[in-house]
This record gives sequence, C-alpha cells and structure tokens, in this order.
Amino acid sequence: MPPILEAHGLTKRFKTTQALDGLDLTAERGQVTAILGPNGAGKTTFIRMVATLLLPDEGTLTVAGIDAIKEPDRVRRAIGLAGQSAAVEGAMSGRENLELVGRLFGHDARQAKASANVVLDLLGLTESADRLVRTYSGGMRRKLDLGASLVGAPELLLLDEPTTGLDPRSRNDLWDAIRDLVAAGTDVLLTTQYLDEADQLAARIAIIDHGKVIADGTPDELKSLAGIDVVQVHVADPADLDRAIAALAPLGCEAPRVDRPTRSIAVPVEKGSAQLLEAVRALDAIDLPVSDIGLRRATLDEVFLSLTGRPAEAEPDPGANGSAAPTDRSRRRRRAAA
Amino acid sequence: MTTVNPTVETPIRTLDLPRPTHAAGALTTTLGVARRTVLRNVRNPQVFILGMVQGAMFLLIFRYVFGGAITTNGVRYVDFLVPGFVGTGVLFSGMTASIGAAGDLEEGFFDRLRSLPVPRVAIAAGRVLADTVLATIGLTVTTLVGFAMGFRTSAPLGGLLLAVALCVFAAFAFTWLFVLLGLIAGNPQAAQSLGLLVFPFTFVSSAFVPVESMPGWMQAFARNQPLTQIVSAVRAFTLGDDAQRVLGHSAGYFATRSLVWCALFIVVFAPLAARRYQRG
Repeated sequence: MPPILEAHGLTKRFKTTQALDGLDLTAERGQVTAILGPNGAGKTTFIRMVATLLLPDEGTLTVAGIDAIKEPDRVRRAIGLAGQSAAVEGAMSGRENLELVGRLFGHDARQAKASANVVLDLLGLTESADRLVRTYSGGMRRKLDLGASLVGAPELLLLDEPTTGLDPRSRNDLWDAIRDLVAAGTDVLLTTQYLDEADQLAARIAIIDHGKVIADGTPDELKSLAGIDVVQVHVADPADLDRAIAALAPLGCEAPRVDRPTRSIAVPVEKGSAQLLEAVRALDAIDLPVSDIGLRRATLDEVFLSLTGRPAEAEPDPGANGSAAPTDRSRRRRRAAA
Repeated sequence: MTTVNPTVETPIRTLDLPRPTHAAGALTTTLGVARRTVLRNVRNPQVFILGMVQGAMFLLIFRYVFGGAITTNGVRYVDFLVPGFVGTGVLFSGMTASIGAAGDLEEGFFDRLRSLPVPRVAIAAGRVLADTVLATIGLTVTTLVGFAMGFRTSAPLGGLLLAVALCVFAAFAFTWLFVLLGLIAGNPQAAQSLGLLVFPFTFVSSAFVPVESMPGWMQAFARNQPLTQIVSAVRAFTLGDDAQRVLGHSAGYFATRSLVWCALFIVVFAPLAARRYQRG
C-alpha cells in the first residue's frame, strides 16, 4: 500500500510571501504525523493543499495513493478536515450538523442518521446531541467539528491546530478522542505550534520553517538530533544570576537560556557529563552557591529553538531589538514556559 | 527511515461507518447548504425579526413623515411607496447575503464544504438559494405590512403574482453579485461596509420619490438603473389601469427591462462567484 501522504517539492507563493518553498514529506500509514512550526511557517498552507483547498505552484502531492492535483474529488472522499475555527453551525443541533455533512458525503438520510449516532457516541456527545451548537462550550464545538470530519470514515484525518485556544482540560479531552481514533486505525496529519501536543500525539514529527521541512523523525530522534544535552543550574540567590551566566556561558555550544523567575539557567552542551563537571568547577571557582545542578536531555522545545532560531509558541519577529547580537542564536530569549 | 506500524498490512476500518462510494449530487448539496443557511437565520429570531421591524419602521416613516410632502402624479403615496419598498427590499436582502457569505468564509464553513466530495457550483448555489428564500420571506412581510398601512390595488391576482415572481427572480439574480462581494470582502465587517454601496441605488431611484423631482443629471441615472426598472414593473403590475398614465409605459415594458438586467447579473456574476469556490 502506498504511504498515506507523499509530497515532493511543493511550492506556493502568495503575492509577497513564499508560503511553501520546496516542501517534501512522506507520512506512513497507521500513525499520527505532526507538522510542527511557528506561525507563518507554512503549516496551514500545506494542510489546505492536502485538503484540496489550494493548488501548489509546483510539486507533486498524493494522498492515499491518489494524485491530489489531478483527482481532487477522489481525495475528498478519502479525507476529513477539522480546521482551526470550528466550522459547525451554531443554529443547528449537533446531530443536525453531523447529518448534514453525512448527506454531503453522499449518504442517504438513513445512513446519515446512523453515522451521526456512531460519531456522537464515539465522542461522548450523545447527551447534548439535540441541543443547538451555540449552547456548546468551546471544547464541545471542537469535538463536534472533529466528529463532522469523521462521518465520511476518512482514511486520513487532517487536523489544523485542533486545540489552539482551548483550556487545558478541553485540550486533554480532545487529545484522548484523537488517541482513540488512532487506536482504531485512522491515520492523522495534524499541524500544531505546541510542542507538547506533537510529543503527546505523534509518532512522527516534521518540523517546518519558512515553507520547508527542516527536521523529521520520531520525537526521540528529534530530541537527540542535535546531539545536545543541557546543563541545568538553579542558583540559590537571584542576585547571583548574572555572575553565574557569565561563568557558564563559555561552556555552552549555544548561549545559555535564562528563566529569571525560577532562577534557572539552561546551558546547551555538546560533551555531556564532562561539561557538567566543568560547570561545577566553574561555579565553585567563583564560590557561587547553587540549589540544584544536573545534566538532562534537550526537550523538544529546545531542539525546536536550535533548529529554527526561535521559540515555537512565541510571536513572530523574535529579534527586533538585537542590534548588538553577533548571531541570531545568541539573541534568543527563552519564553517563560509554564 | 520509516516507522512501520504493524497495523499497516491490515487496515482497520476506522469506525463502523460506511465509506462514501459516490459524491453527493448537485441537488442534495444545494438543498443541504441552503437549508443550513435558512435555519441559521430563522433560528436567530432576534436578528431576523429585528430586520423586519426595521423595514416596517422605515415604511411607517416614509408613509407618514415624508409621504405628505411628496406628490406622486395623482396616485396615493402609499400605493406608490409599497412597490418601491418591496423592490428595494431586494437590495437590502442582498446586503444580508453578502455579510452572510463573508461570515461563512471567515468561520471556515466554506472550507469544510470545499473539502467534501461535492460539486463546487452547488456550494455557491446553496448559498444563493437560501438568500433568495430569505428575501422572499422579507418581501412577503413587507407586502403584508404595506396592506396593513392602507396599500390597495385594483390589479388582478395574476398581475400581483407576476410582481412577486419578478421580485423573487430579481433577488436571486442580485444575490450572485452580493455573494461575490461578500467573498471578496472576506469578513462580515468589510462586507457590511461594502454593502453601503446599495444606498445610492436605493435612494437615487424611483422607489420613494418620483424621478422627475430630482435634478436633471441625477434623473439620467435614476431613470435607467436596474432598481428603478424593477420598482416600476412592480408598480405597473399593482397600479392596474392607472399604470400607463402615471408611469408612461406598460408593465410589460418595465418587466422586460428588469428581466434583461437580471439575466445580465446572472450571466456576469454567477460564474465569478462560483469561481471563488474553486481551488486557489
């Protein structure tokens, strides 16, 4: 069986922006593939192309073995799309929404009714099925939107930032629903700018930036991709932070990332434990008390930062005031992450 | 390089659901999309009824406030005004259609539809059909309010039905333009601003005052623009015997011109609107 998705050399230009710039990606069947990237990286453009809403300027794209450029209607029968904004009708009940989409998938009235029931049950929405959707919570709307993309029993489910803007509880709920689908055998391609979302759901992550895949692998592969470990230091006294940074900076292969509220300094290093020892000596030499020091693997967050030069969840234009900075990397400031 | 999952060789049917074997037809799609859009309006009674109340209020103001100062060639003002109101209603419904289409685009509803195996043109047609139905409801209400306010006609029932049919057809034809404008605008706020374009057409017409009372240069526009043709046709149908004397031409004359305008709108704007639903 061909891969569920194969993209080669996709490009797309909108007036002044190059949204996709030679994107290559193959997604295998039987797993979740996450497209991870900052705002404006080209995630949404790519998923809209897979959903047959956009044509590429160049390149080839097959979905479930079907040429998406030549035979969009066959692709539409194989996919389900749930978007950033939940495209369900507030003035209709949950059941009516699903039945409508079922009819549009070519089901007759009886089949559409049956499919709606199965989906409502699967997503735990049966109790609210006959209420108007405008009375639903944000999380329930997203779930229903997900449900609407399922009534056609898609081979490939496309989720464009499925949990953006949801509170943590609804987010977990939706993750569970997606995991259940995957367990039942649906292939999923999702875009996200949340690293933990990719880490939680995806077997395979493609990091894209400026319209290209810049890294691609399992979460574990990506975490060890750069060959980077991190020396993590918590200083005891906030007044010592700047001295500690000065002492540790020469050891790192990149500039240390500092989180002032927690008094912690993360120094990316290339030689692991040898450099942990150096760090201990360096701090001891200036007689600086630490409350904790250790070596750990880089998080996906840090890998992302290393690869793209900016944090995943921050606004674009990270280095607006970095005039004196010698490199792009040293300008980065880690976002105070929760 | 690739991670092979053991489920690959035996594809499990996702859910216990039938997979679509054929696309939904154009008719099913058009009706499905139209039904949703009608429900969206009818189930928001605050907005829907407010629109009607607003229309009735303007009718009252024109009838009782301005009406006394307007002379209409021996025809009672209320008999002159109500056909004008019904005709302009076509444009105001169009404005709502434009805002609605922009909202569908912004909310992602059109993306959902376009990702489904349905004919593209049916998505547009569904929207237009719904807006035509809504316009018909609106013009029915306006007509009833008009009768309540003293509008009378001596025209035969056939003439009245022709007048209604013409308005419904005009609503259908104009909606293609308005949906196109809404899709170009991209969001409801912009569509609403763009919708202000209807004002010169509604007021610089024969809808509320006789064209002869306007300055000469304005008359040229007012007399020949499409809304005046439609309003005059409706008026000619409802005035019965007085029509030829008051309007200078027969109902057939205005109806033919109206139909030509409507056909022109459909031929030009329907393909442009439908094209917006294709892949970008």
